[in-house]
Amino acid sequence: MNAVSARQRGRAALLIAPLVIFLGVFFLWPLWLMVDVSIRNDAIGGAFPRTAELIGSWDGEAMPDAEIQAALVEDLRETPQSTLGAAVRTLNSQVSGFRTLMGRTANAARDLEDGQTLDLVEVDDRWAEPRFWQAIQTSVAPYTDRNLLAALDLERSDTGEIERMAASASANRLIIWRTFAIAGSVTVLCALIGLPYAMLAASVTGWKRNALLLAVLLPLWTSLLVRTAAWFILLQNEGIINKTLIGLGWIDGPLPLIFNRLGVVIAMTHVLLPFMVLPIFSVVSAIPKNLMPAAASLGARPLRAFWRVLLPLSMPGLLAGSLLVFMVAIGYYITPALVGGPNDQMISSVIAFYALQTANWGMAGALGILLLAVTTVLYLVYGRLSRGGAPTGA
Amino acid sequence: MKSTVKRLALASSFAVLAIASSSAQDRNLTVVSWGGNYQDAQREIYFEPFTAETGTAVTEESWDGGYGVIAAKMETRPADWDVVQVETEELALGCADGMYETVDWEALGGEDKFLPAAVNECGVGAIVWTTGLSYDAEKLTEAPTGWEDFWNTEEYPGKRGLRRGPKYSLEFALMADGVPVEEVYQVLGTDEGVDRAFAKLDEIKGDIVWWEAGAQPIQLLASGEVVMTTAYNGRLAGINKTEGTNFQIVWPGSIYAIDSWVVLKDSPNKDAAFEFINFASQPENQAKLPEFIAYGLTNVEAGAALAPEVAAELPTSPENLEGAIALDGDFWVDNIEELNERFNAWLAQ
Amino acid sequence: MTAFIELRGVSKTFGQVTVVEGLNLEVRKGEFLSLLGPSGSGKTTILMMLAGFEGATSGDILLDGEKIDHLPPYRRGMGVVFQNYALFPHMSVAENVAFPLEMRGVPKSETRPRVKAALDRVQLGHLADRRPDQLSGGQQQRVALTRALVYEPKVILMDEPLGALDKKLREEMQLEIRELHRRLGLTIIFVTHDQSEALTMSDRIAIFDAGKIAQIGTAGEVYDHPHNRFVAEFIGETNLLDGVVKGPAAVELTNGATIVAPDHGYAAGSRVSVSIRPERLRLDGNGDNRLQATISDVVYQGDHLRLHLDAGALSLVARLERGAAERRTGESVTVSFAAADCSVFAA
Repeated sequence: MNAVSARQRGRAALLIAPLVIFLGVFFLWPLWLMVDVSIRNDAIGGAFPRTAELIGSWDGEAMPDAEIQAALVEDLRETPQSTLGAAVRTLNSQVSGFRTLMGRTANAARDLEDGQTLDLVEVDDRWAEPRFWQAIQTSVAPYTDRNLLAALDLERSDTGEIERMAASASANRLIIWRTFAIAGSVTVLCALIGLPYAMLAASVTGWKRNALLLAVLLPLWTSLLVRTAAWFILLQNEGIINKTLIGLGWIDGPLPLIFNRLGVVIAMTHVLLPFMVLPIFSVVSAIPKNLMPAAASLGARPLRAFWRVLLPLSMPGLLAGSLLVFMVAIGYYITPALVGGPNDQMISSVIAFYALQTANWGMAGALGILLLAVTTVLYLVYGRLSRGGAPTGA
Repeated sequence: MKSTVKRLALASSFAVLAIASSSAQDRNLTVVSWGGNYQDAQREIYFEPFTAETGTAVTEESWDGGYGVIAAKMETRPADWDVVQVETEELALGCADGMYETVDWEALGGEDKFLPAAVNECGVGAIVWTTGLSYDAEKLTEAPTGWEDFWNTEEYPGKRGLRRGPKYSLEFALMADGVPVEEVYQVLGTDEGVDRAFAKLDEIKGDIVWWEAGAQPIQLLASGEVVMTTAYNGRLAGINKTEGTNFQIVWPGSIYAIDSWVVLKDSPNKDAAFEFINFASQPENQAKLPEFIAYGLTNVEAGAALAPEVAAELPTSPENLEGAIALDGDFWVDNIEELNERFNAWLAQ
Repeated sequence: MTAFIELRGVSKTFGQVTVVEGLNLEVRKGEFLSLLGPSGSGKTTILMMLAGFEGATSGDILLDGEKIDHLPPYRRGMGVVFQNYALFPHMSVAENVAFPLEMRGVPKSETRPRVKAALDRVQLGHLADRRPDQLSGGQQQRVALTRALVYEPKVILMDEPLGALDKKLREEMQLEIRELHRRLGLTIIFVTHDQSEALTMSDRIAIFDAGKIAQIGTAGEVYDHPHNRFVAEFIGETNLLDGVVKGPAAVELTNGATIVAPDHGYAAGSRVSVSIRPERLRLDGNGDNRLQATISDVVYQGDHLRLHLDAGALSLVARLERGAAERRTGESVTVSFAAADCSVFAA
């Protein structure tokens, strides 16, 4: 009996094995990589083993002694270029200039004859500045919180305390805040448009319903460039909307509709509307049709019936739609780049900058974790709300 | 029943193995460029003739740049790309990181066959392109002559277009502030110089429309959204040719950059890759490019073979090089992260 | 009779389709009226017009002498019980029952005891905090009923409220509703397609055929004296004997026999149908009319027997009490029945 049930359990486990493997390979593993890459710091220890061993004893003020210098030269000679590259990238993201400094020094070190010593300051006088050596000294630890702190505009002072960066140095916090503000406005706007729209679509049948749903799905099937071009034609100073309004004599000069927050919110709302409409639609169309007449027969005016019956029952759809829209919205960066103004850049574009342009995966990972953390919190709140709230209208 | 399952499992694992192994070996020479019109032209004058002449099949791909893409590709070597056309910084970064094969310049006919700026340990210059001040000559009666005019919002009222980001914006700001072109990177290398550049940008901050993709400044000019903008010379010449517009570029104070062919390290098609680069660097082949798109040529002989009216449109013609500087890849490789952070912070203020 | 609810010449059309045609109907205060008919006969539409969910295409609806056509549903004060109860799934039982009071601005302090009393009355007090989906069908039905009654509406409209319940529960609920009706003196209009339900519960039954009332009357009237073929066939089982009128009270049937029927007013020579209920046929020879027949089948049905009879060109069904003499298939018998048990109407 036990053997049979064990075998059955084994078979059941086999059935979900593909799912487990899929989640592991395509979700958990990359997630872990992202966390790992944002705090791992072994590139420098790996590329400069000899220097790492010795530099701990340096007092951090005058130029390190000859022994440490020789160790650095030896490391530069021995370490393969590809290993060196990652280490230099890490150092350069802390102190600008490391890239050319290391490149020049590594070339000089490789050209060095055996037995000769290299005068580092002669190769590049930046070696006389302690800040380059300090960067090496602080970076030999295998793990670092530097990226995570920098993602929030924080850094460690010389004494190791966490403090805010200068306001002119970094704007990540502001950009994250802005990302949530834009995603939030898009979500609210989507809800305001999507809720009545979905209810309308659920209340009609046949071709009318199909037409309504098709209209809202259309932007999903249109390429980003076509859509952006369309927004251009509509919203620019000499665009259709401004020309019409001026033609009607309602305004004297063109309204600024594009290259600002308004343009971003309009364009993103347009694209994300289906993510709001479809969940609400599916919930609303499952609500029994006789509840609103029942409310009316019990004395509820249309608005109160909506407020007390239809809206609470639509809530699961509204919540799911809002969560979906918000989560998709915080990941946007092409639309703000194309129709936004200077202050509409979202955090994803900063992540893309680090990941694509400078291969600084530590910073990209740290910012990614930040987004993930916020998304997770939101999801937990959603879970709470939807469990405590109404069951879907079944 | 059981045997069917087993056979299916076996078959599917073979299929997976087959897919996995086919991608690892016997791959065509894979060439990666920037896509669009440019790659269409390259196909016609480089890719297809090369295959016709040597019998080596070429698989094309396109990318949008970014060193992170190359670094990610090279995480698993050999990468599935062989030849890539890269910008100045990707060349400098990848060369320092050992991402590219070393170029044998003798096999290409010697370094002196090329513009000095096109010669690099890791890459062979392919084209020269310029970013400069551009305007619609049909709309501006008084032609702007330099960056001072770009900053002069009284004489030239209206919005200005700049590429979002510190690169180019800071250089042009310093030029507008009176720094001689040849000293721009020297000044920018100091903290005071960076402060000075940002302070200059502050003057017209409210008048700037920031663009991101190369097609945008053309659109901005065409719609009259901006009175002047930075733009790529190739795009400007292209739109003038196809749409009959009269968009002009101010050559003095422009910044030119070189895109280079590189071969990714440990490429299984290394020999074919360099053979291809050699083919694409031959003067008779390069000389066909300006017919399609107004980029300067790196092979000196190819440049000399062009008709004068064609050459006059290119960044490489001597008159156009007057007062222009090359993009300093080293400077940006060192400073892009810090200056990008600062740029974002400045924008947000 | 003073009409509490009155429909005057009410018609309703949807596009080309006429669902209710020129309907006149009066309902007394405190009456239990069933609207009975096959699906599509217009009975639910009438209910919806009374509740205010549908407007009449023409005609007037009056409540207590006042026209109510222009009033929206929430101002008609009619309690409606829907087919699938229409309980609000996101509210508890108590909240559902409190809903109509809340809508009428009854203070919270007053609402609570009223809801409790109403639920206790239907033995649901202990389930007040449950959600509707945690209740059985019968319990949901009682909540729906309680919710419709709690604000003491003048009229209760019920749209096939027992359709989703199983037979046993349905019979229980029928009695419960009848009991409530009697105790509270409610005016109830009850839509059903189940004739036995209508017969069990109603003071009067209106039988609908294609948007018109085919007959209205007490259960006994419509059962014993159907006015037309539709009613005779729709309510219960009947034997329909076609024939031709021979005199003021005589009809010659198709098998040649002439029977005596009540004075029906049809002219001699008219083609008519005579309806006689199976339980009114006798084999003991008593009655005004006699027909010779052969038993073609005997079916035992527990407390009674069904006999299928051939009487020449006529087929008859008779229902006999058990305990009479044994009957066998093939036996020749004399079927008799009283003239008063016959109903005559145009064929």
